Amino acid sequence: MSFRHKHIIALRDLNKEEIELLIATAESMREINSRDIKKVPTLRGKTIINLFYESSTRTRTSFEIAAKRLSADAVNISPSTSSATKGETLADTALNLLAMKPDIIVMRHAVSGSHYFLANKVNCSIINAGDGAHEHPSQGLLDMLTIKDQFGRLDGLKVAIVGDITHSRVARSDIQGLTKMGSSIFLAGPPTMMPPGVEKLGNVTVCGTMKEAIQDADVVMMLRIQQERQGKTLMPNTREYSRYFGLNPTNLKLAKPNAMVMHPGPINRGVEMSSYVVDGDQSHILKQVENGVAVRMAMLYHVSGGGSVE
Amino acid sequence: MSASETVILDQAGVNRALTRIAHEILERNKGVEDLALVGIRSGGDYLAGQLQARISEIEKVDVPLGAVDITMYRDDLAARGNLPVGKTDIPFPLDGKRIVLVDDVLYTGRTIRAAMDALIDLGRPRCIQLAVLIDRGHRELPIRADYVGRNVPTAQEEDVKVRFDDTHHPIEVKLVKP
Repeated sequence: MSFRHKHIIALRDLNKEEIELLIATAESMREINSRDIKKVPTLRGKTIINLFYESSTRTRTSFEIAAKRLSADAVNISPSTSSATKGETLADTALNLLAMKPDIIVMRHAVSGSHYFLANKVNCSIINAGDGAHEHPSQGLLDMLTIKDQFGRLDGLKVAIVGDITHSRVARSDIQGLTKMGSSIFLAGPPTMMPPGVEKLGNVTVCGTMKEAIQDADVVMMLRIQQERQGKTLMPNTREYSRYFGLNPTNLKLAKPNAMVMHPGPINRGVEMSSYVVDGDQSHILKQVENGVAVRMAMLYHVSGGGSVE
Repeated sequence: MSASETVILDQAGVNRALTRIAHEILERNKGVEDLALVGIRSGGDYLAGQLQARISEIEKVDVPLGAVDITMYRDDLAARGNLPVGKTDIPFPLDGKRIVLVDDVLYTGRTIRAAMDALIDLGRPRCIQLAVLIDRGHRELPIRADYVGRNVPTAQEEDVKVRFDDTHHPIEVKLVKP
C-alpha cells in the first residue's frame, strides 16, 4: 500500500495500515542511521521549515537530523527569533514562509488544532510536532516503534500511562495509536489531571490508583508534569504528587518483570520518576530518542512522495 | 485485447543460466578471494542467494551475501508516489571487495545506477560487476551487464516477469505482451 496523506497532523486521522507502514518504513530508516555515512539522497532539493512556537530540544533536533539524513534542506525558526514576537499572526507568518516555497512545514504550536488551520491556508505538507494538548504524532509513532522492538508486536499489550493526562498531547497520540494497534490502555493520574470522557477514545480504562494501572503492565509510560501548561491548583505540591503518582523501584515491581519504562522527556527526576528507574535496566528512554530520528525520516519521506490525495 | 504471456525461460533454463553465471564469475575473478554478492531487492536478492549456493558447491566457500534496497536512491520518487522502503542489509565491509551486483531484469539501467550510488555510500568496493538473469534492452544510461543469463529483445510496452516460489527459488521467466 502507499501512504495517501499530504499532512500528518494527528494519529487519529491515520488508520492501522498507515501506522504500520510508517513504523515499517522507520525500521528500514534505522539502517541508514547506523552507517558511517548517514545520508541518502532521497529528499534532495526539498526545503523543510521547522517552525517551533514552543521550546523543544529533542523534537526539533530530531526533525532537523531526520531532514538532513534524507538530504533535504532544513531551516529552523524559533519563537525568540521569529516575527511572532512582533505580533505577526500565524496565518501571515505561514503565507510569508510559503512565498519562499517550502515543501514541508514541521510546526509546534501551543494552540490545539492550529495545524488544521494552517493546512487550509498553505499548499505544502504540514507535519505536527506537537499542538497544545491535542496530539504529538511523531512521539506516538516512536513510542510504538520502541514497544514493537521489545515485544515484536503491539496487540494484546497492557500499557499504563501515568501522570497529567489532560495536558499531555503525548498521551493522546499514544492512546490513538496504540488502541488502533490492539493494545489496552490503563490511565492513572490525579483526578484534576484526568480529562472526562477519555475512556471513549477506545480500549481505555481510567484507574483510581497508580497501582491498579501498572499492575501486570507490559509498558509503563510516565508523563512529565507540565508546570508551564497548568495553573497552580491542580496538585498541592510535587512531593505529594511524587508519592502517589511517581514511579520508583518498589511500585515498578507490580508491572511484569520484563516491563518497559518509557518517558517522552524531558524528565523531572525525583518527581514523576526516581533516578533509579530512569537509569535502570528497564528504562527505554534513550532508545525512544534514538527511534525518534528514524520515525521522523519515515514521516518526511511519506508526506513528500505521497500524492495530493488528502 | 487481453495480455498474452510467453515463457521465455523455464525452471531448467533459469538454473542452467545461473550455473553458467556462477562459473563465469569465478573465472573472471580467478576464484572467490574478496568476492561478495549483493542482490537488488526484490528479486535480485533471491538470485544472489542462488548464485551463492552454486559458488559454494563449486569452490566449497560461502562468499559474503548482501541485499540492497534502492527505494531511497530512486530518481523518480515524485512521479512514482511513495513506495514502501525495504531494508538494506550488507553484513560485511564493502571496502576492497569485488562486488557482483545481482538483479533479475536489466532494463533502463536506472535501478543499477541507484544501486551503485547506494553501495558507494556504504563503502569503497574495489570494483562492481553486474550480473542479470535477463537483459531486455532499452538502456537509458551507459550501463552494461558483465554476466547475462539471456538477452531478450523486447518492445517497450512489453513486460518481463521473473516468478519465484515461496522459498525464493526462481520458477520461470515470462514475457507479457499487453
